[in-house]
Parts: sequence; structure tokens; C-alpha cells
Amino acid sequence: MDAFTTHTGVGVPLRRSNVDTDQIIPAVYLKRVTRSGFEDGLFAAWRSDEQFILNQEPFKAGSVLVAGPDFGTGSSREHAVWALMDYGFRVVVSSRFADIFRGNSGKQGLVAAQCSQSDVELLWKLLESEPGTPVTVDLTDKTVRAKDLVAPFEIDDYTRWRLLEGLDDIALTLRHEAEISGFEADRQTWLPTTDPLPAV
Amino acid sequence: MSRTLAEKVWEAHVVRHGSGAEPDLLYIDLHLLHEVTSPQAFDGLRLANRKLRRADLTIATEDHNVPTVDIDKPIADLVSRTQVETLRRNCAEFGVRLHPMGDAEQGIVHVVGPQLGLTQPGMTVVCGDSHTSTHGAFGALAFGIGTSEVEHVMATQTLPLRPFKTMAITVDGELGPGVTAKDIILAVIAKIGTGGGQGYVLEYRGRAIENLSMEARMTVCNMSIEAGARAGMIAPDETTFDYISGRPHAPSGADWDAAVAYWKTLRTDDDATFDAEVHIDASELTPFVTWGTNPGQGLPLGASIPDPEAIADENERVAAEKALAYMGLEPGTPLRDIHVDTVFLGSCTNGRIEDLRAAADVIKGKHVASGVRMLVVPGSMRVRKQAEEEGLDKVFLDAGAEWRQAGCSMCLGMNPDQLAPGERSASTSNRNFEGRQGKGGRTHLVSPLVAAATAVRGTLSAPADLEN
Repeated sequence: MDAFTTHTGVGVPLRRSNVDTDQIIPAVYLKRVTRSGFEDGLFAAWRSDEQFILNQEPFKAGSVLVAGPDFGTGSSREHAVWALMDYGFRVVVSSRFADIFRGNSGKQGLVAAQCSQSDVELLWKLLESEPGTPVTVDLTDKTVRAKDLVAPFEIDDYTRWRLLEGLDDIALTLRHEAEISGFEADRQTWLPTTDPLPAV
Repeated sequence: MSRTLAEKVWEAHVVRHGSGAEPDLLYIDLHLLHEVTSPQAFDGLRLANRKLRRADLTIATEDHNVPTVDIDKPIADLVSRTQVETLRRNCAEFGVRLHPMGDAEQGIVHVVGPQLGLTQPGMTVVCGDSHTSTHGAFGALAFGIGTSEVEHVMATQTLPLRPFKTMAITVDGELGPGVTAKDIILAVIAKIGTGGGQGYVLEYRGRAIENLSMEARMTVCNMSIEAGARAGMIAPDETTFDYISGRPHAPSGADWDAAVAYWKTLRTDDDATFDAEVHIDASELTPFVTWGTNPGQGLPLGASIPDPEAIADENERVAAEKALAYMGLEPGTPLRDIHVDTVFLGSCTNGRIEDLRAAADVIKGKHVASGVRMLVVPGSMRVRKQAEEEGLDKVFLDAGAEWRQAGCSMCLGMNPDQLAPGERSASTSNRNFEGRQGKGGRTHLVSPLVAAATAVRGTLSAPADLEN
């Protein structure tokens, strides 16, 4: 995972709440077995409408998505994060994120920046009145900045640290191998295993 | 210190407590796999030259992509076929037990785990699928994870997590006739909203929950994620123990006694406090259906389509306007006047034997309305076999419904079972998102009883409507 400290890019106002992961990438795109190239599926249904924001200049080149509350609800598909990142997004700003989506973002290096809804509204107004306004997301001081607007955002400290350092979760956990083995030695013997049952 | 059920299960699985901002490391007792969210995780293991730590705590089934007809033939959709074949190759390479298409134990992952007896109280269960919350019905802490976490569990059998907050959903009173677990959970979601459970584990309790069968409890917990909660739980009791007893992976003999003794401790202590509490009176509930494009947009069947103008919150008003435009519905229309083209009975929410029995009971001796197609898709091959032994297949076929093989099917339309653009369904599944059941498809979430009655009348209906 690449480290993330600060990013500046075109902000995209998406005036929708409850943007579920089926909207971010429909199930039909989930049949692939690879981990890249999901940008064609991003918001596939909405992008078939010429009026959709990502079909407009200068938003086509957007990299900071500013969305309504409850972003990323529904299915656990990490493909939603892959699709956003493959398209070029590095940050999603919302006042509320679904838990699984937020977790998946943190694993992949997509910053889920939780701002107040009033700041989201201010960002929407600014990006709509002055399309193409660069938005800077700074993970060191946890702010979203655009022109005179400075909006603080929340992100949990551990995810922030991992993103700043670009650290791989699995490698971090494997440092605790001895504790995992110790825990396993103490598990109840009657807990089930998936070993095949003897044929009856 | 007094603790909630969720806190007890959490504490029993902490490998190490994180300090400061660092999360706890939680041990995972059971990892369920399917073809859609696992290929990139297996690839990740290979790339990093890592092993699958506990193949003996891992099991896979094919469910999301599989066709529900002609399962003896190769999958016609080449992309789906590749994904299913990739799972087979990965399971063979890493030594994971797999129940493939056509196998007697194949089915939807959340139906298969419980019916094999692999889901037991007090366990931690994960799967790269948000409806893993289903397994919480047994008093397990069960939640959906993304593909990076799937890889993490494969490599370490643990997950770094911060404790969830706890919310009690107390459902007191008795359910009226024709009112089911599905109506309870749809009413809960409408009450707390699709984001109301974010950050929480929901514990369903109260008399109406205690009175539910194991399968009905699974329906409730299954849709916890639709309220934004990663997990839902119900304290195990005699109903739970009776369900598990004798299943293939259930403990037996002295192990059974030891297990039950432990399981009986898995209750929220009387003086424990929850971070939030919600109360619902079961006796006030009626059959519930959704009208919009998220599962929180639901109303009692007797209501009419709401007028967005009357919604004060701007975001909700805009969401309602967009939902009605997508659904092709007008404010003020009685829900009972809405015609459907398709009825889907199945999914990890309502594809179990009791669901099929309930629907068959309504539709027996009647016929699916002209112009309506009804798909009955058992949640697993075992459910299908049981239903056939009881003659339910014949009831559905005689009524003009289609009797299919097991899988996720039209719940998400990754296989050919899809709605055409503009087509409208009454569906016992869990999500009414735009395009969920096929691009342009319009979904109303309903219980199996409402699904069956709707199939007969062709408009959203409860079984009581058939008596008039």
C-alpha cells in the first residue's frame, strides 16, 4: 500500500445519500478474479446518463468525491473501493460511512474522510459554483481545504497511522504470531472444525 | 463486571488487547468462503508467499454465480464459470473443503453453515459477505468483511478490530397472525434507518424474539446489516440447542454437555448496560413492505406511497424523490394497488425450509396470477431435498411457479435470474437497491407470506387478502 500524507485534486460533488455499494459497482462487475481494471464499473448505471456528474467536465478527472450521508452501505464488496481507486479517486468525503466500506477503504489506501454534514454542504456549494476547484486533503492535520474553506475531518488514529506509513495489516499482525499460537493452544476442544466428516 | 452478550463473545476471542489507538486482535473460529470475494485474497497469499493458516476452520461453497437451472451443464456465462473454476482451483491448492454446484451440501453460504452445525453459540464467524450477520442468530459474533480482511483471516486466522458499541433491540409482545420475522426486521430498519446501526452490534431480545424459531431468528439477524450494523445477535436458548443437536458438526457426548454449559453463560447480564436501546411492540406490527430503493424505505402493507413533499429532512426528501422516480411510483398510491411482474422466494434471508413451507401453505390449491412469474429458489440443496420430500415442489409447480436449484439467484442477479429493465418484483431477499436484481429492475422487499399472496393476486398482498 502506498503511503498517503496529502492529496490535491478535482472535487466532485455527489448530492446523494445512501450511495450503496451496488450503485458504486453493480454485481455484474464482480465476476472478475483480478484486482485491477474496475474503473469501467464505477457508478455504471448512473454513468449511462449523460447528465451524471462524472460525465461532465471538469469532474471527469475528479479524485476527491464529496458525497451525502451513509456512503458505502450494503454489500461488503471491496470492489467498490477498487473501482473508486481504479477510476482515480483517492478520497471520499461524507458525513457518515458504512462500517465495512470504511474498513475496506483503510485497507486499500482510500481515505474515508468524515466531515460534518454542514461542511459537506459548503463543499457542494463551492464545487458546484466553481467547478474544478482543487480540493486538498491533508491526513497529517486531518483537514479538507478548498479555497477559503477549511473543514476538519475524522478518521480513526490507527487507520491514519497505517495510511501515513503505508503499512500492510497482515505483516503487522504476523508480528504477534506467538500470541496467536498461544491463543490456539487454549481453544476449547469441542469447537467445530471443517474437516470432512467420515462417510456414513 | 456485568457485560452484554456481544462483549462476552468479544472478550473470549481477544488474542491481544491493543494499546492506545491500536485495535484488539480477535481470533476467528470459522471462515466461510464463496467464489466472488475470495479470488483476489487467494492471489494475495500467493504473491506474498503466505500459507492459509487454518484450512480446518475454513469452508467454501459456490452460491453467488451459480445458475439455478441446468446445473449439470457447464456454466454458460464464461466470466461466471471462470470465477467458479478459480474457487475450485484455489480450494484444491490450499486444501479448503468445498461444496461445489451439484453437491448435496451446496447452497448459500449462510444457509450451509448453520445446517451443517458449523455455526455455534459464542463463536466468531466471518465471510466476505455482508449477510454473515445471519449467524448471529445462534449467539455467535458474525460479520461481513472485505477481501483484504478475507486475506488477513486466511493468513492469520485473526482480525484487528476495535470493539463495537452495543444496541438492544427489544421486541416485546406477541406477533399477530400473518406477521413474521421479516416484518419485524423491516420495521426495525424503517425505525432506526439504514445508518442507525453503524458502529453497533444489535442484540435482539424480548418475548417476540424468544418465541421465534431458529430459522426466523436467522431472518432477523440476516438484515442487521441493512440497518448499518455489521452484526446482530440473539442469546442462545433451548431453541438454539435443539436446532444444533445432532447436526453433522455439532459436539456430542461429554463435549455436548460442556458446550451447552458454556453456551448457557452467553446471555447479557441483568445489570449490563447497552450504548443504545430501541423498543418495538410486536403486537402493533403488520405485514411490512418496502416502497423505495433502500431497505429503510418501508411501510405497513396497508399504507400508501408517501409524499416526499411532506418529508422535512432535505436529504431524505431528495432520496425519496429519487426513489419514487426510479420505482415509477406516485405519492398516495395504496401499496396494495402495486402490480408486480415477478415474485422471488429465496435468498439467505428467506430461503430456508420454514420459509418455503409458509409460502407453500398460502399458495396451495391456488394459482400464480396471469402475467406474473414466480421463482422459488431453495437456499441450499439440502433445503431443496427436504422440500421435495414434503411435496412442496409439487405445490409450487401446481401453482405455476418455477422450482429451481439452490443459490443466491435473483437476490443479486449475478446469475441469469434477473429482472428486466422496468420490471417490478416482490422479493423475499434483503436489498431493494437500484438495479440490485437486474439493471432497471424495481424491488419490493416482502416476507414469504406476502410473496405467496402477491403471486396469487398479482398486486402486493397479504394472505388475509386472499380470503376476501
